[in-house]
Amino acid sequence: MEAYLDNSATTRCLESVKEIVVKTMMEDFGNPSSRHQKGVEAERYLRAAREKIAATLKVNEKEIYFTSGGTESNNWALMGAALANRRSGNHIITTSVEHAAVLQPVHFLEEMGFRVTYLPVNEYGEISLDDLRKALCEETILVSMMYVNNELGTVEPVEEAARIIKEKNPGTLFHVDAIQAYGKFRIRPKKMGIDLMSVSGHKIHGPKGIGFLYVNEKAKIRPLILGGGQQKGMRSGTDNVPGAAGLGVAAEEAYRDFEKKIDHLKRIKERFIQGVTAIEGTELQGQNRKEGQGELLGAPQIVSVSFRGVRSEVLLHALEERQVYISSGSACSSNKKLPVSSVLREIHVEKDLLESTVRFSFSSQTSEEEIDYCLEQLREIVPVLRKYMRH
Amino acid sequence: MFKTFLIKYGEIGIKGKNRYLFEDALVKQIRHALKRVEGEFEVRKEQGRIYVDCLGAYDFDEVVESLQRVFGIVGICPVVVAEDEGFEKLSETVTDYLGKAYPDQELTFKVDARRARKNYPRTSMEINADLGEKILDAFPKMKVDVHKPDILLSVEIREKIYIYSRIIPGAGGMPVGTNGKAMLLLSGGIDSPVAGYMIAKRGVKIDAVYFHAPPYTSERAKQKVVDLARIVSRYSGPINLHVVNFTDIQLYIYEQCPHEELTIIMRRYMMRIAEHFAKETGSLGLITGESIGQVASQTMQSLAATNEVCTMPVYRPLIGFDKQEIVDVSLKIDAYETSILPYEDCCTIFVAKHPVTKPNLNVIRRSETKLEEKIDELVKTAIETTETIWVE
Repeated sequence: MEAYLDNSATTRCLESVKEIVVKTMMEDFGNPSSRHQKGVEAERYLRAAREKIAATLKVNEKEIYFTSGGTESNNWALMGAALANRRSGNHIITTSVEHAAVLQPVHFLEEMGFRVTYLPVNEYGEISLDDLRKALCEETILVSMMYVNNELGTVEPVEEAARIIKEKNPGTLFHVDAIQAYGKFRIRPKKMGIDLMSVSGHKIHGPKGIGFLYVNEKAKIRPLILGGGQQKGMRSGTDNVPGAAGLGVAAEEAYRDFEKKIDHLKRIKERFIQGVTAIEGTELQGQNRKEGQGELLGAPQIVSVSFRGVRSEVLLHALEERQVYISSGSACSSNKKLPVSSVLREIHVEKDLLESTVRFSFSSQTSEEEIDYCLEQLREIVPVLRKYMRH
Repeated sequence: MFKTFLIKYGEIGIKGKNRYLFEDALVKQIRHALKRVEGEFEVRKEQGRIYVDCLGAYDFDEVVESLQRVFGIVGICPVVVAEDEGFEKLSETVTDYLGKAYPDQELTFKVDARRARKNYPRTSMEINADLGEKILDAFPKMKVDVHKPDILLSVEIREKIYIYSRIIPGAGGMPVGTNGKAMLLLSGGIDSPVAGYMIAKRGVKIDAVYFHAPPYTSERAKQKVVDLARIVSRYSGPINLHVVNFTDIQLYIYEQCPHEELTIIMRRYMMRIAEHFAKETGSLGLITGESIGQVASQTMQSLAATNEVCTMPVYRPLIGFDKQEIVDVSLKIDAYETSILPYEDCCTIFVAKHPVTKPNLNVIRRSETKLEEKIDELVKTAIETTETIWVE
């Protein structure tokens, strides 16, 4: 038995995705920039993919730009928006728990002279809307916030944030890193007030090396990848037809029978949480810590758990020996060469648990058997590992 | 310009009747090193000389770099090989060579002619003088200096005529395979690959043993050790890497023995297992990267305690090195970047806060008696389940 519970790292491609990727590589392999029939044929795949994606967001297909993935989408959104709007102001707001693909470009912008406010989070990883309100000013040109935290599964109040931002200044651009949210939530950028939104293909059973950035038609951003003028000059480079076609299929699939898929995820998650919290010395992290809510909180596919007295790295490798694959939220070694996750620090996880927290992440393909198998292994391994802790 | 390299070897030239063994080993190592280089090469031994002939197109730097990794080579000379077509033709070849090798330079030179073929119509002294004159005519800026010339131009008259002036330094040492084989205890750190390199440099073939402790050490830590073995093998030739699963032994020691002694006792078992494989595969000694006082397990007392369990000699080429000196060699052999990748190795996972630094042998032996019940069985299993990886 194998249990792949690391779906927030990446997912397995769908068969239907594979088929269209192979087809656009082997048969309809043309370059959309070519004037001949082969090029026209290839272009159709791009358009179809854009249409499928646009339909899931209820936006215009012209607002979808393909990129090499989540990191490029985030880089482009931040730097492209900051550079295009620097005459309107010099201030950027983001949160302290963003992914490195947001934080690093923001640091870069800081070096270039932009002023940045990092919103703190509470113990569940949530920002405070009051903090946001206080941070906003005339100078604020861009706010960037993640929809779902990749380590904790915490859902940020994106819609409320958008309302506050736009009330203060309709010109301030709002970017959402939706890489862990797309396919798990119904997102309506136009209705919600999102101007820019990053999505990655391989988190939703699509191919790696492809993603997209939604850019509201009224939003002004600068292209960063310059060249042959593909995608209306906004993102040059020969179109990744297989990637885009694959992503289109994956996006369509993610929102087919959506309610059913989410119900399944919630059931899986609930089953896992019940099982894992029954193991002695475990603690949930993120919004799942909130008790007595009845309804499950946080993203339906992510559970962050601390195992007291067990090192996350060791637990990961011990599970790996039994074909259970997870992720260690914090990678740290005795010699302190690897940093402990900054997200866990930001939510003030107690010191003893910093090195003992791991992430389980599910997909619509995850079965109840996988969950039960994983729980069974945890019940066996955790007490043994606890016996041999470093002193 | 160069189709041939003359290989200079130092120490092995003085090995008396065994000389041919050393030369043959060197030829073999050169052939091995050139196998990975693009192009076709012939290595020949002739009148106490080793030559590498390049038969087609080749990349000069690539050839030199790979020859520089062969132990036993003291110098690599790019040579112009000319047929003997009379003295006029020879002086033309020589001036042509100098013109290309040192274009338009004010340098001093000396011609050093040697005749292996004594029927050549001029004596060495005459060749020196006559060629010198031709060179002075061709390059008015050059001067003769017989004591400390910038260019020492060698002209060797053999079946053909060999002209060279540059000696690119080689790695030195002795050809691998001329001094038996030893078993290297390879961890993922900086020291052990350097230790392996240094012993290989003395002509010793290397095998290695690595102690893997899943799930406490990861698959990537193991891959890192394989990568390090590969780096050492570029100098030492192929390495048989024994990967021992050490987890159960380690956990058993952890359960039974005082915590401060864990590292010492663990290392004693590592030595025992390494020696087992050394004996089984014909190694004549063990190699470690230990250096006195570097860590708790490398004090004189600790070294004595780990040394005690071995019957074979344990070679510790870094014993008097400072860390920086080790790092320097590690950088030189291109192992450093891999060595510092941050994966946990099995020596650090259970290390006590205050391990003993001056272990008392009697105390250690007494602690080990607590392992009697199961340790033999665990060692046996570890040996039986060891995975051997051929690294080259």
